Amino acid sequence: MIAIVKYNAGNIGSVTNALNRLGIENKVTDDPAELQAADKVIFPGVGEAGTAMRYLRERELDQVLISLKQPFLGICLGMQLMCNHSEEGDTKCLGIFDTHVKLFKSQEFKVPHMGWNSLNSEFRILDSELLKELPQEADVYYVHSYYAEICDDTVATCGYILPFSSVLQKNNFYATQFHPEKSAGVGERILRNFVDLP
Amino acid sequence: MGLKKRIIPCLDIKDGRTVKGINFVGLRDAGDPVELAKQYAAQGADELCFLDITATVEKRDTLVPLVREIAAVLNIPFTVGGGINDVTLAKEIIKAGADKVAINSAAVKRPELISELAAELGSQCVVVAVDTKRVQNDSDNGRNINKIEINDKAKPSLLRLRSAQADGLTNKVFVAGGRIETNLETIAWCEECERRGAGEILLTSMDHDGVKNGFALEITDLISRKLNIPIIASGGGGTAAHFEELFKDTHASAGLAASIFHFGELPVPELKRQLVEAGVEIRILST
Repeated sequence: MIAIVKYNAGNIGSVTNALNRLGIENKVTDDPAELQAADKVIFPGVGEAGTAMRYLRERELDQVLISLKQPFLGICLGMQLMCNHSEEGDTKCLGIFDTHVKLFKSQEFKVPHMGWNSLNSEFRILDSELLKELPQEADVYYVHSYYAEICDDTVATCGYILPFSSVLQKNNFYATQFHPEKSAGVGERILRNFVDLP
Repeated sequence: MGLKKRIIPCLDIKDGRTVKGINFVGLRDAGDPVELAKQYAAQGADELCFLDITATVEKRDTLVPLVREIAAVLNIPFTVGGGINDVTLAKEIIKAGADKVAINSAAVKRPELISELAAELGSQCVVVAVDTKRVQNDSDNGRNINKIEINDKAKPSLLRLRSAQADGLTNKVFVAGGRIETNLETIAWCEECERRGAGEILLTSMDHDGVKNGFALEITDLISRKLNIPIIASGGGGTAAHFEELFKDTHASAGLAASIFHFGELPVPELKRQLVEAGVEIRILST
């Protein structure tokens, strides 16, 4: 069973829909025991970092999430909350990935970065189990104004205004800046790969 | 490699059914928006737009369940618009699984709605649809708002726009499905939409809509360079060459069309193949 973390962020329903389409059993929950007992955990989210972290701390869900041992996938805001710190509301985050989340700044490019862009640009290798059987030039769907800086845990990068982490991975923790649940066949392959992790 | 230009088929919905005979080969029910949505996603559409043209005020009863059904089957983003005039309905539609809501007449009537939706849902969920038409400029007032600074490096499209102004034509916003002219000048209105928190502008040129002789390049170019939010151009796209010039001659982020996709005149895969050949950055199906 896949547990989807229930918290005060939007877009959780679209992850449920995507898993249902793939025939994967799932449950939205904020019960620590259920999260710990799940085979895999997905941490989705669209929203504001400060409010989301406050909500997680008040319920001590932050401690539950970082102590999980099964495969864990953060999506979009979920990914950003897994980093050390976000400029959005100057928020201390979960600190799973040793990197910072910053606001895109550009006169020339439109912000948010919204639409289809590369899953992976030129200089990282797709060596993650999460990304297996995917072509190098695959496009995925992004909607975000903040980005995670490239760090040791970066396994794929995308370029918009500047290169940023599109996929992060460390031990049992995986995360994508893009929305696999909105990324057509490529996104479905990634969700399938995640579900198939040992 | 960078952000790809989006191709967006638009479907008109009435009482939960697709309007006009949409002619897809092998489709069981050409009037079922859910079936069509799946088909377009499989063809490689980047996003879909559903416009509900149901006349009744109480469209919640049919629209919200339909959005829920579409969200369950669709693996790409989609926008829902048509008669959305309050925050409650917009929230219901987003909660049912739409990625964005589009508002049009209601925003003109009460521009605060844009700010309210942006605060409640986030700007990325708020599309303002703007229907624009060039009309004879009969007042000094209109001419002043529309004044554009032209320098030596101005693009030809700007110069064309200036000549249009010299001809006494102004771009005006229309509402109620294009039936009613407002006193809003199009560029100024788009700027106000952005200022109030719109995440995107869906710009439909009524001079070009349904004519299939190309998008309204001048106004699209001007607005897409002036604003820092994405512009979806609509109206006039009839051939791949029209989309090519839209993406090469303007800063539009997406092109929207209806009948050319519905009637198989220019299927999405064929359009994308031709755009890739023309060197436009487009998402191609890779799995």
